[in-house]
Amino acid sequence: MKAAVVVFPGTTCDFDAYDALKEGVGVDTEYVFYQTRDLSKYSLVVLPGGFTYGDYLRSGAIASRTPILDAVRDYVEKEWGFVVGICNGFQILTESRILPGALTRNHTNAFICKPVGLRIANAETPFTEEFEPGERLSLPIAHADGRYVADPATLQRLHKNRQIFLVYDPENPNGSVDNIAGITNEKQNVFGLMPHPERFWHPWLGSDVGIRFFRSLVRRVRHG
Amino acid sequence: MPVYHAELLVYLRPDLLDPQGRAVKHALNTLGFHEVEDVRMGKAIRIRLQAENDSQARDRLKEMAEKLLTNPVIEDYRILSLEQEP
Amino acid sequence: MAKQNPETLGLMPPEIQVIRQRMGREPNWVEWGIFSLNWSEHCSYKTSKPFLKMLPRTGPGVVVGPGQNAGVIDLGNGWAVAFKVESHNHPSAIEPFHGAATGVGGIIRDILSMGARPIALLDSLRFGDPYTWRTRWLLSGVVSGIGFYGNSIGVPTVGGEVRFGPDYQENPLVNAMCIGLVRLEGLKQAVTGKPGNLLILAGAPTGKDGIHGATFASIDLIGPEEEKRPNVQIGDPFYGKLLIEATLEALEIPGIVGLQDLGAGGLSTAPPEMARRSGTGIELDLSQVPLRTPQMTPYEIVLSESQERMVLAVQPGVEEQVLAVYRKWGLEAQVIGRVIEDPVYRVRFGKEVVADLPMDLLLDGVDEVPQGPIGSLSTGSATSTHTNPHRITPQPSTWADLLLDLLQDPDIASKRWVYEQYDWSVQTRSVVGPGKGDGAVLWLKGTKQAVVATMDGNWRWTSVSPYEGAVRIVLEAACNLVAHGAKPLGITDCLNFANPQEAPTLQEFEQVIQGLRDAALALGIPVVSGNVSFYNQSETRRIPPTPVVGMVGLLEDLERMPQANFAQPGNRVYLWGSPQADLGGSVYQWRYQGTLGEFRKPITKEEVVRILHALLEAIHRGWIRSAHDVSEGGILVAIAEMAIQGSYGLEIPAMDPDPAFWLGEAPGRWIVEISPRDAHLVEDFARQRGVPLRFLGTVQADPHLSLSGQTISLDRLRDAYERTFPGFFEGRDASTQ
Repeated sequence: MKAAVVVFPGTTCDFDAYDALKEGVGVDTEYVFYQTRDLSKYSLVVLPGGFTYGDYLRSGAIASRTPILDAVRDYVEKEWGFVVGICNGFQILTESRILPGALTRNHTNAFICKPVGLRIANAETPFTEEFEPGERLSLPIAHADGRYVADPATLQRLHKNRQIFLVYDPENPNGSVDNIAGITNEKQNVFGLMPHPERFWHPWLGSDVGIRFFRSLVRRVRHG
Repeated sequence: MPVYHAELLVYLRPDLLDPQGRAVKHALNTLGFHEVEDVRMGKAIRIRLQAENDSQARDRLKEMAEKLLTNPVIEDYRILSLEQEP
Repeated sequence: MAKQNPETLGLMPPEIQVIRQRMGREPNWVEWGIFSLNWSEHCSYKTSKPFLKMLPRTGPGVVVGPGQNAGVIDLGNGWAVAFKVESHNHPSAIEPFHGAATGVGGIIRDILSMGARPIALLDSLRFGDPYTWRTRWLLSGVVSGIGFYGNSIGVPTVGGEVRFGPDYQENPLVNAMCIGLVRLEGLKQAVTGKPGNLLILAGAPTGKDGIHGATFASIDLIGPEEEKRPNVQIGDPFYGKLLIEATLEALEIPGIVGLQDLGAGGLSTAPPEMARRSGTGIELDLSQVPLRTPQMTPYEIVLSESQERMVLAVQPGVEEQVLAVYRKWGLEAQVIGRVIEDPVYRVRFGKEVVADLPMDLLLDGVDEVPQGPIGSLSTGSATSTHTNPHRITPQPSTWADLLLDLLQDPDIASKRWVYEQYDWSVQTRSVVGPGKGDGAVLWLKGTKQAVVATMDGNWRWTSVSPYEGAVRIVLEAACNLVAHGAKPLGITDCLNFANPQEAPTLQEFEQVIQGLRDAALALGIPVVSGNVSFYNQSETRRIPPTPVVGMVGLLEDLERMPQANFAQPGNRVYLWGSPQADLGGSVYQWRYQGTLGEFRKPITKEEVVRILHALLEAIHRGWIRSAHDVSEGGILVAIAEMAIQGSYGLEIPAMDPDPAFWLGEAPGRWIVEISPRDAHLVEDFARQRGVPLRFLGTVQADPHLSLSGQTISLDRLRDAYERTFPGFFEGRDASTQ
């Protein structure tokens, strides 16, 4: 299988995602520039973190209007593989309406970078299968616009379909509704999360717990 | 005392680089809005305040703008609207 | 153009005289503008150069020494580390957010100019009274600005320092350091190469930004704010990021000869500096420069300090390839000139020559201007403050209360409020980030090695004695690296001083340089890059001499790196190094006596270096479980930090009643933790090496510090340590007054 790490102007976490996939998980990984229109040969497409187009206007807003997002939409619809949006990648996915809701300014009104406590809220998604239900873990966050919001109907749907796979626990660092840190779509082939699993890919970096997410996906790709 | 609703508009001074405006202009051009020649981003600030009259409200807003709401080194502002609450 | 007085550009009458004599004609206004920037203190180092020559510049690993965009040291594995520090003090004083942001952008591009990928930032900051509105405005603006630029551009901010002193009230200091990695074969320098080569301007289009910024950095911050309005530059980290990626991609093209960032002085300074290194001339055509603001005059174009721009010198024939790479990344790029044999800096606008200056006069003529002896300088009227307006009196009477109070001192307190606003973990190298340990530990992926970096300054020490303080700062920086098991490799220094036209400043400057030199020689490491910032004074106050030392070292084996916190209950904790330290210049002296005090005797550099090498060896042998350098707040604060960072306590059965032992400060001292199994080996080793080793106490699972029977929970210590900075912004006064 092949994984793609999408590079937009202003993407900054592309190297980290690449290293986590290639060195941490051992997947054949390539960088894909944002002008690419065809993603069909990849089993996994990662939209990494960063400040695409400076995050001017709104975080992820300008990147979500680039042509590669049509390719991503097509990829998701045809179920060619999995899409993971991390941090700015998650913001791009909500700005492009591929995932519901929106990511707004942290309630602290500041950029915040630190490891935070998390809990696996659904261990039955392809992205979380390596975890125990309710397992606690820690991952770094690094964002100013991470407060997840959605209208009540959307929230209800997210809960009902068990689309919330990751929540902040015990501390909610950004004021996200229902402590939401990561959600998936109904088909469970798109995942968006604010914490950075790719930054915890080696014990020297604090932990290697992050690669368990990617390993879950790889196992699903390889063994169905 | 009467209550006023004010709106202030804050922009970077015209001779200064506005990175946000530049990125948005570029994006609009790319999306086919070729007629866009310039974009400047700013902030709108809504304030509800008590004042004796219109001119006192204006003076106080000016003080607020100069003391906190703007950095005169880089920003200009103007009072977009000022209306007394009915 | 109307005839104007070149003195208004900051040129001195004797300088104007030399220029007129050597030119043999009256320069036009564009030429005066170009001279004023090249001859400014900021660009020419005219006052500091004779002193800077005293610093050791060479050493076994030095690949590129001072005089380039950054110093470069060989790491011995095919890679080299490029690093440099630079000040952005004056811009930050009037617009803290953009001033700090553009400072970060500039230093990142200095590293990029070496062909290196920037991997880390550190910042050393100084502010005035933290209990004033102005300081809070400056602190929050500077921290936001650093975060805005560093976070967006994807270079982690991994360390640094924030300190407060009364004389920084009007003149805050913002010193930013950047570290980059480059393959030795990919190393680039700021040269033009042969005549016939082409000059490309790449990056953001040019606007009317910061015209005369460098001149502005060389004058006192006095006079009405209004006059400074035009000087503020706005940084765009998004363009900065594109510039990094485009430039590193372009550098793969064979035929790129050299490159340089456009910093202070813009096109008026960077191309001539490149030409000087190659012994050539330059001809530019300003009509080719991509503009952001239409209808700029040649004067404005050549002096513009628009950010996010680079100049590249390329062999003819490859220019289209280079331009294509920049355009792929959405950046402007244009051939704007060529390298010529004639040793002149010639600037045209289309056919019209707007400036034609002999290279040697432009770049070195300022050295011919006669300088008066130091004795002829004025003594100045601005003064320094030597008493603490926030002295705490009476001092707390028990060890426990004293420690809880010291942990709230703004210089000692946790800087979490600052560093959590910085992305310090992007690029996945940060084995040790900010707030933990003594330096930043940056993993060299694919190896077991790490680059370790620190920034250190101590205005109290250099106020007590500029020479002795400077010696101690260099040794202190080395001690920070050694706490992580890293061998120091080299220094970059940022020298922040008051007005050099006044005798006391120049004397302080000379003494500090001598101190830096002697300590660097004792350590056997070079000073490979640096920056001088003068004129940090207002009408009434001058900053104390503030050398800031950035130091980089190499850790060979991450698996042997000691932890920063107590690691294992039952382990024995020692002081490694001299039990003698000074209360003079310490936080203790300043906080409770309200004075700076004196050093009792000079530090013995050679002894510190010997003790430091012995610790490196002990770490290499795997004996040291945790280690922490003893610095501000002395041993007492050091052990509290090691406890707070982890979850174990420490029991100290008997406390020596001498405050100098527990609270004194001097480099060459660490708290080390050793397993009881290794204790005898280590004690014997220390004895053989003549290292003073004093047992302090035992690590305990119980999360309390026990000081001669008084116990304090780690939670109480943490609360005290963490409260000060958030308190500044919650209207809560952290001062116990």
